[in-house]
Amino acid sequence: MDSNNNITSIWDFFQNPIIMNLLIGVVYFAAIAAFITVLVIILMWMDRRVAAFFQERLGPIKYGPQGLLQPVFDAVKMVSKGNITPRNVDKLVYNLAPMLIFMTTLLVYAALPYGKNLTVVNLNVGVLYLIAISSTATIAILMGGWGSNNKYSLIGGMRTVAMIISYEIPFAFSLLGIIMLTGSMNMTDIINAQKNVWFVFLQPLAFVVFMITAMAELNKSPFDLPEAESELVAGFITEYAGMKFGLVYLAEYANMFSMAAIAVTLFFGGWQGPLLPSWLWFLIKTLLMVFFIMWIRWTLPRIRIDKMMKLNWKVLIPLSILNIFLTGIGIKLYQYFTGMGGV
Amino acid sequence: MLKDFGIIGIFVLGGLFFTGAALLTNWIIRPKEHHNENATSTFECGLDTRGPTWVQFRINYFLYALIFVVFDIETVFLYPWAVRFNSLGVFALVEMIIFIAILALGLWYAWKKGALEWK
Repeated sequence: MDSNNNITSIWDFFQNPIIMNLLIGVVYFAAIAAFITVLVIILMWMDRRVAAFFQERLGPIKYGPQGLLQPVFDAVKMVSKGNITPRNVDKLVYNLAPMLIFMTTLLVYAALPYGKNLTVVNLNVGVLYLIAISSTATIAILMGGWGSNNKYSLIGGMRTVAMIISYEIPFAFSLLGIIMLTGSMNMTDIINAQKNVWFVFLQPLAFVVFMITAMAELNKSPFDLPEAESELVAGFITEYAGMKFGLVYLAEYANMFSMAAIAVTLFFGGWQGPLLPSWLWFLIKTLLMVFFIMWIRWTLPRIRIDKMMKLNWKVLIPLSILNIFLTGIGIKLYQYFTGMGGV
Repeated sequence: MLKDFGIIGIFVLGGLFFTGAALLTNWIIRPKEHHNENATSTFECGLDTRGPTWVQFRINYFLYALIFVVFDIETVFLYPWAVRFNSLGVFALVEMIIFIAILALGLWYAWKKGALEWK
């Protein structure tokens, strides 16, 4: 009787909604962390194979089928590396930066729609949240650049700031057309609105602007200025070694996937598709998008920083404003000719 | 809504835990040899680094930054408008065209004044 009573009270403890939600949150976090770890291993392998493919090499093929185990060994190596901390760094800022860079990546993953009814959190301000969180990484990168007490790192960090004040505006503006068409910032609503026609066909201009700014957001070539290897050694990660470098590296690949996922969700109908289950469609589309990003990355040379700012302010911002006008007028004309129907 | 952001809060704590655990693992299993003077010095291409790094950095793009603030605030105004766009009618469209036109005028002025040049 006594033990029975005890069990009931433990059950009551778990029935408490706050504890319940806390546990659900922890389970979600564990699932996402495991997902990112597996994903990054696949993406690292994919990146190296795609790079080799574009440069007429073979890439890693020795370990595992098609070299798939290579990133696993790389990861083990990275964790067991010597932990060199230069003596002149600002210890707190220097050590905090990789953690914050990875954390922003993790927070983006919290709001992605992975499939039908398969989201961690289905925010009603989804798009705004993703824009806000993904640009927060800039502060962490600047922290790394400043805290390293190295001139290359500092220049890399300053370049990141120069980049964000250029690409952030067209990045945010290019998504306005989609929100006007959908009437919601919720990611699931945006996917449902693309049941008949993908937004890439309704918003081709926005897609071009979005993809260019997304490459800048990812710090990938042609916009890999903060870590330009040939000029700045490794930019803001010059002084990082061991797992601190590993975390930045991990975040970089994970960001590539999350940005591709955002592009797929907003422009290519997200997880929608015939026959196959929705999460599989999401993965297929997103990996194709990742391949597209890698394709651009290994094709175009680096652009100079002042030209990059010029491109963003003098070409992309006017284009994205034009896109808002065209979308607005288009929606009103459509409503006028077809009665009051939404798109 | 509160529950959603609670879960995001758990993600923040979890992120700290995850990255902390990764760094701790690295710290435990790292090779424990003594690093000499050169290993922990600031990286430079073969030479010793000269002069302080934490200086007043000349930021060539501060004019961009000023315009950026204006446009960023504009973004905050545009997002709620875009969400309600379908139900607001032609009046909202015209109003927003005027609003964006004023800012486009500002951008055009900054452009002509040479604020969008890297100096």
